[in-house]
Amino acid sequence: MYTAAEEGSGGAQLLLPPLAEIIVGLIAFGVVLFVLAKFVFPRMEHMFQARVDAIEGGIARAEAAQAEANQLLEQYRAQLAEARTEAARIRDEARADAENIRQDVLAKAREESDRIIASGTSQLAAQRESIVRGLRAEVGTLAVDLAGRIVGESLADEARSRGTVDRFITELGAGTGTGRR
Amino acid sequence: MLTESPMVLASEFPPGPESFDYRSLIPGLEGTFWEPAFTKIALLTWLTVAILIIFFLVAYRKPQIVPTKVQWIAESIYGIARDNIARDVIGKEGVRFAPYLATLFVFILMNNLWGIIPLAQISPNSHIAFPIVLAGFTYVLYIAVGVRKQGALTYAKNSIWVSGAPLWVQPILVPIEFFQVIILRPATLAIRLFANMFAGHMILLVFTLGGVVLFESATVALKPVAFLSWGMAIVMTLFELFILALQAYVFTLLTATYLQSSVSEAH
Repeated sequence: MYTAAEEGSGGAQLLLPPLAEIIVGLIAFGVVLFVLAKFVFPRMEHMFQARVDAIEGGIARAEAAQAEANQLLEQYRAQLAEARTEAARIRDEARADAENIRQDVLAKAREESDRIIASGTSQLAAQRESIVRGLRAEVGTLAVDLAGRIVGESLADEARSRGTVDRFITELGAGTGTGRR
Repeated sequence: MLTESPMVLASEFPPGPESFDYRSLIPGLEGTFWEPAFTKIALLTWLTVAILIIFFLVAYRKPQIVPTKVQWIAESIYGIARDNIARDVIGKEGVRFAPYLATLFVFILMNNLWGIIPLAQISPNSHIAFPIVLAGFTYVLYIAVGVRKQGALTYAKNSIWVSGAPLWVQPILVPIEFFQVIILRPATLAIRLFANMFAGHMILLVFTLGGVVLFESATVALKPVAFLSWGMAIVMTLFELFILALQAYVFTLLTATYLQSSVSEAH
């Protein structure tokens, strides 16, 4: 610091700047303004915008993910319901099948038993028929033989003898029909 | 005067306007036209330029979506000018003036800060040249914006014609408004900043140098009062911190207000 020679000029001097200082001020502020306004603040604006975009983009992405998740959930629910009805259907079908099979088996068994019974009955009937037929033929001769041996030679009247035999056989047949006692 | 004191500092008590005069730092320029361009004041201004440019370029060398601490500080400073001043005062289209307003704010703030930074202890803005330059930038800008946006005639009419006032008052209002826009706005802008910084420096000088004078005085009883004086100097330094930040804000805010009147249609 120095006490200026023109100290006497007083306060008015204060408001009259030296031109050189004004030039310094112009250049100094101009340089700062140029650098900051050209290289720094526009980049900040750019960064603010990028930040806004990032946040908004993040929200949009989150919303998209949410929507997708909801859609998947719906899909899974639908699939689950489908699977449930499918399972119920399969169960019903199985039950119906089992019933059918049981009915089939029963019907077949009944048929088989009927068939066996029928064949047994007819076989019995045939056997009985043949036995009756054989007996019928044999009984005649046996009876005649027996009667001949018992009566001997006294069977002169053949006609009477035939009548007797027939009656005998008829009685015999009736006797077998009513059962022997 | 206390000429009997051996101290050089105390010899300057009481401080006057000459306390703001600095000699050239480069020998041989004394008394020439260029002397004021190479003083401590000019040096501090260049330091302001260097600090601001380096800080912002380094802070924004590799900007990231999620900011680092330094990047966040730089963005916050710009954010004050952009959101709290440009957008709030001018409106949505004010954002394009944000770079100018932010530069103005940080330049004034840093220049003001030299007033309380140890060893510097003088703000370049306490020399009227720098406030004049800054007010000049603002002046040219708001007139240019007004002319460009509304056309020279419309802007002139909107600026000086108070719509709504009775016709017979207009002859009084028009000269006042004209004077206001053409001279008062830039002049008050420059003088307000200059005077605050000047007065602040003067107050600090009074308390600091006054303390020295009291301490050196022959009367022993006065010596303890020196500490009171120095204590006041510290208090005033903190007060200065508040004032210098406020003045940087006010200058920027008024610039925004003037820009707003250039941008908007109605007066």
